Amino acid sequence: MRSARRLALAGLVAVAALPWLVGSYPVKLAQEILIWGIFAMSLDLLMGYAGMLSFGHSAFFGLGGYVAALALRGWSPSLVSALVLPAAAAAAAGLVVGFLSIRVSGVYFIMLTLAFSQMFYAAAFNAEWLGASDGLPGVPRPRLIGLDLDRTEVFHLYILAFFVLALVALARVVRSPFGRVLRGVEDNERRMVALGYAVRRFKLAAFVVGATIAGVAGSLEAQFNGYISPEALFWTTSGEALLMVSIGGAGTLAGPVLGAAAFIGLQSLLSSYTEHWTLILGAAFIGFVLWAPEGLLGLARREAGG
Amino acid sequence: MSDPLLRCHALTRRFGALAALNGVSLEVEARERRAIIGPNGAGKTTLFDLITGELTPSAGHVEFAGRTISGLPPHAVARRGISRSYQRTNAFRHLTAGENLRLAAAAGARENFRLLAAPPPPASTSAAVREVAHAVGLGARLDILAGRLSHGEQRQLELGIALATRPRLLLLDEPTAGMSPAETQRMVRLLAALPREVTCLIIEHDMDLVFTLADRVSVLHHGEVLAEGLPAAVRGDPRVHEVYLGSGGEA
Repeated sequence: MRSARRLALAGLVAVAALPWLVGSYPVKLAQEILIWGIFAMSLDLLMGYAGMLSFGHSAFFGLGGYVAALALRGWSPSLVSALVLPAAAAAAAGLVVGFLSIRVSGVYFIMLTLAFSQMFYAAAFNAEWLGASDGLPGVPRPRLIGLDLDRTEVFHLYILAFFVLALVALARVVRSPFGRVLRGVEDNERRMVALGYAVRRFKLAAFVVGATIAGVAGSLEAQFNGYISPEALFWTTSGEALLMVSIGGAGTLAGPVLGAAAFIGLQSLLSSYTEHWTLILGAAFIGFVLWAPEGLLGLARREAGG
Repeated sequence: MSDPLLRCHALTRRFGALAALNGVSLEVEARERRAIIGPNGAGKTTLFDLITGELTPSAGHVEFAGRTISGLPPHAVARRGISRSYQRTNAFRHLTAGENLRLAAAAGARENFRLLAAPPPPASTSAAVREVAHAVGLGARLDILAGRLSHGEQRQLELGIALATRPRLLLLDEPTAGMSPAETQRMVRLLAALPREVTCLIIEHDMDLVFTLADRVSVLHHGEVLAEGLPAAVRGDPRVHEVYLGSGGEA
């Protein structure tokens, strides 16, 4: 446990130092991994801890991105626009979507969350004021006291700070008494009900927390790219996060971050050789599901544990 | 005589054309230990499901401590002080035995909604968990994953989970199902040692257990109460012999 913590700390320092050590492309890659790592961790809270296989997590990612884009462009380039408003919008949407979706489970839950996210996508795609299919370009980065976020290394540390915040907060949540209840729900929902747990309330709370953090990740994505498009809301965005969680190892938090690194790393590596990189990625995913269902982190633990 | 703790009023539950339970009325006093016996398909487990709210009655209703509980969702019924164990062990397989008991003991705790609260200490250090574990004979097995316990231990854990919620009424569905004679004897001792404040309703096939533990016995047959009374009286009832005791060879 202590050595794992040391390893994580060393990794963090290394990632923080990247802009001073390597060129701009790997740094961009690292930032993308951090942002998608936050997104994948937020999905892991639902998938790995509360047993909710949501196929609609892109709704909150995209919503956070759009709200941040609108607020940063049109209102004020502040932290309120970059963090508070996207998080609040995603939380509110998560409350509504979650309230309706957790009434069902299994395949119906998957279908319902998928349908909700596709509604968000269709709404953005057809809204002129949201730039329709093009989305919203020219999203400025916020101005923080004395910090120039247009400088690569400052923006890098800014994203890393959000990443650490999300990781620490989620790690705290899953170990709290609340997190233990979620584990119980994941393990045996029916028995939890029989014991007197109002299971739906716990699931809804987890859903809202996951949505909120996904919204923050979406806001960072908009700031990172300088634009947001309907693609962020599309179901493939949810699918990619699902792959990251599965490849990395659901129910571990750190696993999905590894999954995001593997996914984005492979994507950048393979896409320079072949247009059909998704095929290879698909094959890798199938391999994981068949031979290492506990994911990268599980594999690493198996090796370490002997 | 005081009001009964549990009162079932003409409970009926139909599944399509089949009436699994047909107008069952039952009164159980506080502190009583009541055995429910009857052949397979008599409606015993359905009766439990109707009491706990896992099924809703087609007709009739259930009163607990003077208030109607039919129509409440199962978690709300549990919060009123009714707990049950299942015929097939229904524990949290991937959690330790201690964590199983703690989850049960913590149902309804306010801290469950404190998302950023510090992680609780290991379950095996909790006094409530240790007490229940001791009562069901699992004091030394708290750190074992529930799925790895032996069959007998899993049955003890099943009882422990039901007990850990500190119920006023405990519904036990065949606590000795699938147990060896030695394990059964152990379970009988555990049940006999339960505090009297916990009112018990026990579905059981093991007649020794029934006649050792029960204050009164109700016999269900084809979804109806065939006989009810003191164990000795029920044992001597020729109708009971005909449908159950004589035919099954379990007496």
